[in-house]
Amino acid sequence: MRPAFSVVLLTTLIGAGQGLFLALYAVELAAHARLRPMPGAAFFAGGAAIALALCAAGLVASIFHLGQPLRGWRAAACWRTSWLSREIVALPLFMAGVSVWGLAHFAAAGNTAALGAGAAVLAVALFVCTGMIYASLRLLQEWATPLTPVNYALLGSASGTALAAAYAGFVLPPLAAPLAGAELLLTAAGAATRTAALVRNRALRPRSTLQTAIGIPHPQIAQRAQGLMGGSFNTREFFHGATPRKLRAVKWSFLLLAFALPLVLLAAGSASAPVLAAAFLIQYAGLLAERWYFFADANHPQNLYYQTIS
Amino acid sequence: MPSSPVHDPLAPPAPGAVTETRTTTCYMCACRCGIRVHLRDGEVRYIDGNPDHPLNKGVICAKGSAGIMKQYSPARITRPLLRKPGSERGAGEFVETTWDEAFALLEARLAKIRATDPKRFALFTGRDQMQALTGLFARQFGTPNYAAHGGFCSVNMAAGMIYTIGGSFWEFGGPDLGRAKLFLMLGTAEDHHSNPLKAEISKFKRHGGRFVAINPVRTGYAAIADEWVPIRPGTDGALLLALIHELIALGLYDREFLARYTNAGQLVNQDAASDEFGMMARNAGGDPINPLRPHNFLWWDRLTGRAVADHAEGADPALLGAFALPDGTPVAPAFALLAQRVKAHTPEWAEGITGIPAATIRRLAHELGVTARDQGIELPIAWTDWWGKKHDTVTGNPVAFHAMRGLAAHSNGFQAARALAILMSLLGTIDRPGGFRHRAPYPRAIPPNARPPRGPQAVQPDTPLDGAPLGWPESPDDLFVDAQGEPVRIDKGFSWEHPLSAHGLMHNAITNAWRGDPYPLDTLVLFMANMAWNSSMNTTAVRRMLADKRDDGEYRIPFLVVCDAFESETTAFADLVLPDTTYLERHDAMSLLDRPISEFEGPADSVRVPVVPPTGDCKPFQEVLIELASRLRLPAFVNADGSRKYRDYPDFVVRYETAPGSGIGFLAGWRGKDGERSLRGEPNPRQWEMYAQNNCVFQHHLPRSLQYMRNWNRDYLLWAQQMGLRRDFDPIVIHVYSEILQRFRLAAQGRRPGKQPPDRLRARVDTYFDPLPFWYEPLEGQATDRALYPLAAVTQRPMAMYHSWDSQNPWLRQIHAHNYLMVNPRTAQAAGIMDGAWLWVESRWGKVRGMCRYTEAVEPGTVWTWNGIGKASGAWRLAPDANESRKGFLLNHLISEELPGADGGAPMSNSDPITGQAAWYDVRVRIYPAAPGEPEESWPQFAPAAAVPGAAAKRPSWLAYFAGKGVRE
Amino acid sequence: MTQLALVIDLNVCVGCHACVTSCKEWNTSGSAGALADFNPYDADPTGTFFNRVQTFEVGTYPDTQTVHFPKSCLHCEEPPCVPVCPTGASYKRAEDGIVLVDYDKCIGCKTCAWACPYGVREQDEKRGVMTKCTLCVDRIHDAALPARDRQPACVLACPTSARLFGDIHDPASAVAVAIRDQAGYALMPEQGTRPANRYLPRRRTAIALHADDLVRAENPLRVDGAEPGPAFPHGATEDFAT
Ligand SMILES: Nc1nc2c(c(=O)[nH]1)N[C@H]1C(S)=C(S)[C@@H](COP(=O)(O)OP(=O)(O)OC[C@H]3O[C@@H](n4cnc5c(=O)[nH]c(N)nc54)[C@H](O)[C@@H]3O)O[C@H]1N2
Ligand SMILES: Nc1nc2c(c(=O)[nH]1)N[C@H]1C(S)=C(S)[C@@H](COP(=O)(O)OP(=O)(O)OC[C@H]3O[C@@H](n4cnc5c(=O)[nH]c(N)nc54)[C@H](O)[C@@H]3O)O[C@H]1N2
Ligand code: SF4
Ligand code: SF4
Ligand code: SF4
Ligand code: SF4
Ligand code: SF4
Ligand SMILES: [Mo]
Repeated sequence: MRPAFSVVLLTTLIGAGQGLFLALYAVELAAHARLRPMPGAAFFAGGAAIALALCAAGLVASIFHLGQPLRGWRAAACWRTSWLSREIVALPLFMAGVSVWGLAHFAAAGNTAALGAGAAVLAVALFVCTGMIYASLRLLQEWATPLTPVNYALLGSASGTALAAAYAGFVLPPLAAPLAGAELLLTAAGAATRTAALVRNRALRPRSTLQTAIGIPHPQIAQRAQGLMGGSFNTREFFHGATPRKLRAVKWSFLLLAFALPLVLLAAGSASAPVLAAAFLIQYAGLLAERWYFFADANHPQNLYYQTIS
Repeated sequence: MPSSPVHDPLAPPAPGAVTETRTTTCYMCACRCGIRVHLRDGEVRYIDGNPDHPLNKGVICAKGSAGIMKQYSPARITRPLLRKPGSERGAGEFVETTWDEAFALLEARLAKIRATDPKRFALFTGRDQMQALTGLFARQFGTPNYAAHGGFCSVNMAAGMIYTIGGSFWEFGGPDLGRAKLFLMLGTAEDHHSNPLKAEISKFKRHGGRFVAINPVRTGYAAIADEWVPIRPGTDGALLLALIHELIALGLYDREFLARYTNAGQLVNQDAASDEFGMMARNAGGDPINPLRPHNFLWWDRLTGRAVADHAEGADPALLGAFALPDGTPVAPAFALLAQRVKAHTPEWAEGITGIPAATIRRLAHELGVTARDQGIELPIAWTDWWGKKHDTVTGNPVAFHAMRGLAAHSNGFQAARALAILMSLLGTIDRPGGFRHRAPYPRAIPPNARPPRGPQAVQPDTPLDGAPLGWPESPDDLFVDAQGEPVRIDKGFSWEHPLSAHGLMHNAITNAWRGDPYPLDTLVLFMANMAWNSSMNTTAVRRMLADKRDDGEYRIPFLVVCDAFESETTAFADLVLPDTTYLERHDAMSLLDRPISEFEGPADSVRVPVVPPTGDCKPFQEVLIELASRLRLPAFVNADGSRKYRDYPDFVVRYETAPGSGIGFLAGWRGKDGERSLRGEPNPRQWEMYAQNNCVFQHHLPRSLQYMRNWNRDYLLWAQQMGLRRDFDPIVIHVYSEILQRFRLAAQGRRPGKQPPDRLRARVDTYFDPLPFWYEPLEGQATDRALYPLAAVTQRPMAMYHSWDSQNPWLRQIHAHNYLMVNPRTAQAAGIMDGAWLWVESRWGKVRGMCRYTEAVEPGTVWTWNGIGKASGAWRLAPDANESRKGFLLNHLISEELPGADGGAPMSNSDPITGQAAWYDVRVRIYPAAPGEPEESWPQFAPAAAVPGAAAKRPSWLAYFAGKGVRE
Repeated sequence: MTQLALVIDLNVCVGCHACVTSCKEWNTSGSAGALADFNPYDADPTGTFFNRVQTFEVGTYPDTQTVHFPKSCLHCEEPPCVPVCPTGASYKRAEDGIVLVDYDKCIGCKTCAWACPYGVREQDEKRGVMTKCTLCVDRIHDAALPARDRQPACVLACPTSARLFGDIHDPASAVAVAIRDQAGYALMPEQGTRPANRYLPRRRTAIALHADDLVRAENPLRVDGAEPGPAFPHGATEDFAT
C-alpha cells in the first residue's frame, strides 16, 4: 500500500493522545489507590489539553485523506458494519471524554475517576477501532491479525506514556521516573508484538496469485500491459513506490528509533526532562517510520493486476 | 446500513437538456462503421455503433468510442495559416490568413503551373477516403503526380491477388468466416475491415471453426488463434510454396475447380527458342471473346488426347504432362509448370527459410487439403457459368484465408500474395461459400481496365491528363515512361523500376522532388498524410528535405500545402495550412468509384453528413477542391461556357456523372429522379436526404444466384456490365500462371517488340517478373550483412490507435502513451538488455533509442513495436515532455526509402520491384543496451514547434467532459 | 433474487479496448460522471476509467498464449467493499445486485478500494469520490431506450461480443447458460467475495487427421496419370497452456 501521510499522522498522533490520556489516568488511579501522591488539577488539565491537541491535529491531518472532507460527518452513519465509521464515532467521543475529564479536574468538579474511566474505555475502544480498520481487511494478510490492534494499542500507549513522562519531567519531576518505567515496559511489549508481526508477515504466503487473479492455472504467467500507461488510481494508491533497500532502511530505522534507542535511553536510568523529551521525540519519529512501514509492507492483491506498463 | 441513495443513479444526469440522435459514418479509421451520434444541447454526448448498419451491425471500437475527444481536441487547426514571413519551414511559425486569400494564392499559383507544366503540381493523399474526387481533380488538372496511400500501404496485397484472381483482401474482398471451418490468417494485426473482422472471427470460433495465425508475433487476433505458427518476417512466400508443394504432391487440390475456372489447363508455349516462350498458346481460329483481352486459349483434352479450344464442350484439360501442338510447338499446361516450380519447395526447404518445422508445414497442408476436400459445402443455388454450363448448386470448400501487411509490406510481397491466391485457388475457394468472397466492384478484369498514361505526351498544358493517373498495366506498352524508358511520374510509378505500381509510390515523392529526379516540383499538396513523420521512411532525412534550400535560397520543394485537421508533425513544414473539418462536421461519400464498403452480398456505399457545425474557419477539403477546380475551370467542374458548375461538394456528388448521361455517379443509392433506382440512374436532387434517412448507407442485395462464383457467373457478369461495374463481358479466369508477368520478362530479355527496359534494369525485371510465384530474400536482406544486423524489425497497429492521429486523444493516449521495443527474452538477454531498460535499435540507415519490453510472444529473430505511437516533441499540441516524444520512438527513422543501386548505380526505392510497395517490414536491425550515462529519453529528439494561431491558449491540466456543459477544465 | 453481471469470454476477446472507451464516453456524461482526466495533453496522462483491458502472457516461446483480460467491478455477491464503507455510500442494490457508489454520500476515504481485491474501484481525483463500474445502471433500466439498447455500453460496443450481460441467477439466461456450459469461473475465489462477473476460458479447436485421409482412391493426380507422393507422419501440435 502507499503510505498516506495523512493517515500516518492521524494514527500516530491520536495514538499518542490516547496513550497520554491513559498514562495520566493511570497516575490518577494510582493516586486514588494511594500508591502515589495526587498531582495537582493543573497537571491533569494540562495533560488533557495536550492529548486533545494531539487528537485535533490528527483529525486535521485526516481531513487531507478524504476526497470530500466537508461530508466527513456522514462517516458516522455505518457504525454497525464499518470499523472506520466506528473510529469516526469513537474519536470525538474519546475527545469529549478527555475534555470532560480535564475540565472536571480543572474545575475541581469531582468524580474525575469515574469520568476518566469512561474516557479510558473510549480510548481503548478507539485503539480497537483504529486497529480493526486494518485488521478487518482480510485480503491484506499483513494486517489481518489480532497483532494489528494490539500493536496500535501498545505503540500508542508507549508513545503516550513517553510523552506523559516527558511532560512530568518538566512539570512534576517526581512522577517522571515511574512513568518512564511504565514507558520502558510498554515499549518493550510493543517491540515484542511489533516484531512478532514482522516475523509473522515474513512467513506469509500470498493467498491470491497471478494464477487465481486471471483464473489460468499455468506456472508461467507474466503481465505485458495493464491497459494504461500514465498511471491510475490503482497504480498510485496501492504501491509504495520504494525500492526494497529503502524499505529495509525504514524497517531498521523504526526498530531503532521506536524501540531500541528509547529503551537504551530509559534503561540508562536518567529520568531528566530533556532525556525523556528526547526519548519521546525519537520514539515518535520511529513510530512515523513504523506506520509508514506498516502501510508499505502490506501487499495488496490488486497489485497482481498492475505490474507491467507497455 | 442505510441504502436509500442520496444520489439517484437513475435520475437523468442533465435534466431538461435537449437530446437528439443523428446517424453518420465513423472516420476514426478507414473501416467506416455506421455510427449514431447522440447530442445533448448540441454537444456530443455519446457515439455508438448503429445497429442498423450492415457493416458493423451496432458494434464500435475503442477509437470510434473516443470520437468526442477528437472532435474537441486542442490540436484542431481552426484557421487557414501562412508560414510567417521570414520564418523557416519546420519551425511551425504561422500567421492567420483568410480563405479568400488562400484561394487567391492557390489559384494564381496553380493556374500558372497548369498553363506551363502541369506535372510540377503534385497531390498526394494519405489515409483519406475520397480518392474518387482527389484523383479526378488531379486528372482534370493534368498532372500525373497523384497518389494516395496505397503504394506505401498494401499495394502488394491488392496487385498480387488482383493480377491473379481479379480481387483481393484489403477493401476488395475477404474470408467467408460464416461458413468456413478452417481459417488461416497471415500477417494481419488489425486490418481495414477491422470491426466486421473481429465480429466474424468471434462467430467463427464460437461455431467451432479452427483458426491458425501465421505471424512472427502473437497479439490481438493471433491471441485467440487455436494455433500460433511463428514465422520469420519476409518468408511467407516460402511457406506458401511449400504448402502448394504438399497439396500437389498428395493430390489434395480441387481439380475440377482448377480445370474449369483457372488457367491451370491452358497450354503454355514451351519453345525456348520462340519469342512466344512462356506465353499462352493461342487458338488461332478460336473466339477471342474480347478483342482487347483475347481469350482464345488451348487445352490439351485428356479424353481425346489433342489440343482443343479451352472450355470446349465435353473436353477435360490435362493438368499435368508435356505435349506438342500440331505445328510441333512444345506446350505444357500451366498447372504442370506450377507443379514443376514447387517440386523443390519441400517443407524441409521452407523450414530452413521460415523457421517453421517441416512437420508443422505438412500438417497445415494436410489440414487445409483434407478440410477443403472432405467438408464440402453445397448450397441449393442454381447458376450458369460463363460458358453456358448450368449448375444446380453452388459448392464450396470451407477453408478461408486472410492476409494483409505482414505479406504486403515486404519487397517480395507481390509474389507472396500471388502464391497465396494460387494456394486458395488450388483449394477451390475463390468466391465460393466458406472461402474467399469478393466485394463489389470486384471481381474485376485481370488486370482491371484503367491504364496509366503511356508517355510524356499525356501531360499537356491546360489539358486534362490523358488517362487516369493510376491504373493497371497489362503489358510493357502500358508503362508511363519516356522514349528512353525513364519515368514520367515524380514517384517513378509505372516505370521499369516498379512496373505494376498500381497505387503509385508516395513514399518516394518527397525524396525525388527534393533531388529533382526526374524533375523538380513547384507545388506539393499533402492531404491527410503525415509525411514528416509516420508515413515516410527515413523520417529524419525527409524532414530535412522538406526544409532544404537550393543554393539560390529557394526551397527545393518550393511550395508546400498541407490540408489537415490537426497540428501534426507535417503541418509545421507547410507554407500554407488548410484547416479541414472533422468527420462529424462534413459531407463525405464512400463511393463505389473508390473503395466502397461493399459486403459479399452486393455493392454498398455510404456517406457522412454533418452532425455538428464546423469549428472555427474549418472547411472540408472537398469544398476546397471544388472551389479550386471551378476557379481553374477544370473541364469536369465547369459548364460549357466556363462558368462554375457545382455549388458545393454535396451538389457535385448529386449531379456529377462519370460520362454525360452515364447514370453513374459518386453514390449508387437512391438514383433516378425520385430515388427509385439503384447503382445507375439519373441524378436525384434529394439523394443526400435519402441517404441520411437510411442510416447514411446504401446496400444492394444481389439475388443469391449472383452472389457466388462471380468471376464466371454469367448472370452476375451481365448484370455487372449493365450496372457499369465492369466494362466488358468476359470471364475472369484465374491466373495460376501469369502471362502478363511473362510479357514483362520477355521485354526484359529483348524478345518482345515495344517498350524495353533501360539496360540497367533488364536483369531486375527478368528476375522478378516470374510468371510463377517464387520466393526470394527481400531486397534489403539480400544486401545486408546478417551477422551485423541479425534481427528483423516490424511494426503492428494497436487496435486502440490510428496511425499518428490519435495521440491528441486523451482517452486513447492513456492506453498507448508510448511504445516499447518488444523483444524475446532470449534475444534481449543475449544482447545484455534487461526488461524495461533503454536500448538502441540500429539498422544500416540509422538508429533510435527506446525502451525494451520482454515478450514470450515473438519469434526470437524478430523485434517489434506499435506503429506510430512515438511523436515529435510538441506536435499534436502535446506537452514537449509528453510520453509520446520522450519515451516513445518511431521505427521509421530506421527504414530507408531507398536502397543503394547495384554496383554503385543510382539509388532505387526500397520497394517491391514489381509493384513499388514500400518495404516497411524488411528492415534488419541489431540491438544493444544504452550506455549507463546516457539520457533516459528516446532518440532522436526534435525541437518542439510552437502552437499555431487560433489554437487554444493553454493546454488544460485536467478535463472532465460532460456533454452539454462543455469540456470542463 | 436478481443478480445482474457480465460474463467475459476470453476465448474471443482480442483486446481491442472498445469496452474501455465506450464505458468512459457513456459514463462521463452519465449519472456517474464526469470522469476526470489529468494531464490530458501532458506527460503521464491519467484519469478515471471503470473498465481496463490488460494483457498477460502465459507460457514461454513458442508455447505462448497471449491473454487479453478486461476487468471492471465484478459486482460481488459478498462484496467486501460495502460493509467497510463508513457512510453507506457503497451499497449493493437489492433489486438487481449491482454494487454502486452514492456520489453524494461518498467522502472519498478509499476504504472500499482497499477492501476490494480486484483493483477495480477508482477514486475520481477531481470530484474526490470513489467511482466504479455501474453496470450502466442508467442505461439498462432506462425505459426510454429501446429494449436492444438497454444493455451496458461496453457490451453493445464489443466487436467480438465477448461481453455477455444478464441475470446469472436466472438459470435460463444466456449468461447462466454460458457459465454452466463453458465452465465460467470467478476471479480469486479464495477471497470469498463471490464475484457475480465470470470469465469463460480459452477453448481450443483441433482437427483430427488420419493417415488414410491423405491417400484417397479418387485422387486428382491419377486423373492426370501421376501417383500421389507418400504421406508423412504428423508433427506434434503446440503445447496448450490454458
Ligand atoms: N513503420 C511503419 N510506418 C508505416 C506503416 C507501418 O506499418 N510501419 N504503415 C504505413 C501505412 S499502411 C499507412 S496507410 C500510413 C498512414 O500514414 P498517414 O496516412 O500519414 O496516416 P496518419 O498519420 O494517421 O494521418 C495522416 C494525417 O491525417 C490527419 N487527419 C485526420 N483526420 C483528418 C481529417 O478529417 N481531415 C484531414 N484533412 N486530415 C485529417 C491527421 O491529423 C494526420 O496528420 O503509414 C505508413 N507508415
Ligand atoms: N486500429 C487501427 N486500425 C487500422 C490502422 C491503424 O493505424 N490502427 N491502420 C489501417 C491501415 S492504413 C492498414 S494498411 C491496415 C493494416 O492492417 P494489418 O495488415 O493488420 O497491419 P499491421 O498492424 O501492420 O499488421 C501486420 C502484421 O503482420 C505481421 N508481420 C510482419 N511481417 C510479417 C511476415 O513477414 N509474415 C507474417 N506472416 N506476418 C508478418 C506483424 O507482426 C503484424 O502482426 O490497418 C488499418 N486499420
Ligand atoms: S473500426 Fe474505424 S470506423 Fe469503425 S468504429 Fe472503429 S474507428 Fe470507427
Ligand atoms: S471490447 Fe470485447 S474484444 Fe474488445 S477488449 Fe473489450 S471485451 Fe475484449
Ligand atoms: S469487485 Fe471489488 S468493488 Fe466490485 S463488488 Fe467486488 S469487491 Fe466490491
Ligand atoms: S470512498 Fe466513499 S464509497 Fe468508499 S468507503 Fe469511503 S465513503 Fe464509502
Ligand atoms: S457495465 Fe457500464 S460501467 Fe460497467 S464496465 Fe461496462 S460500460 Fe463500464
Ligand atoms: Mo495503410
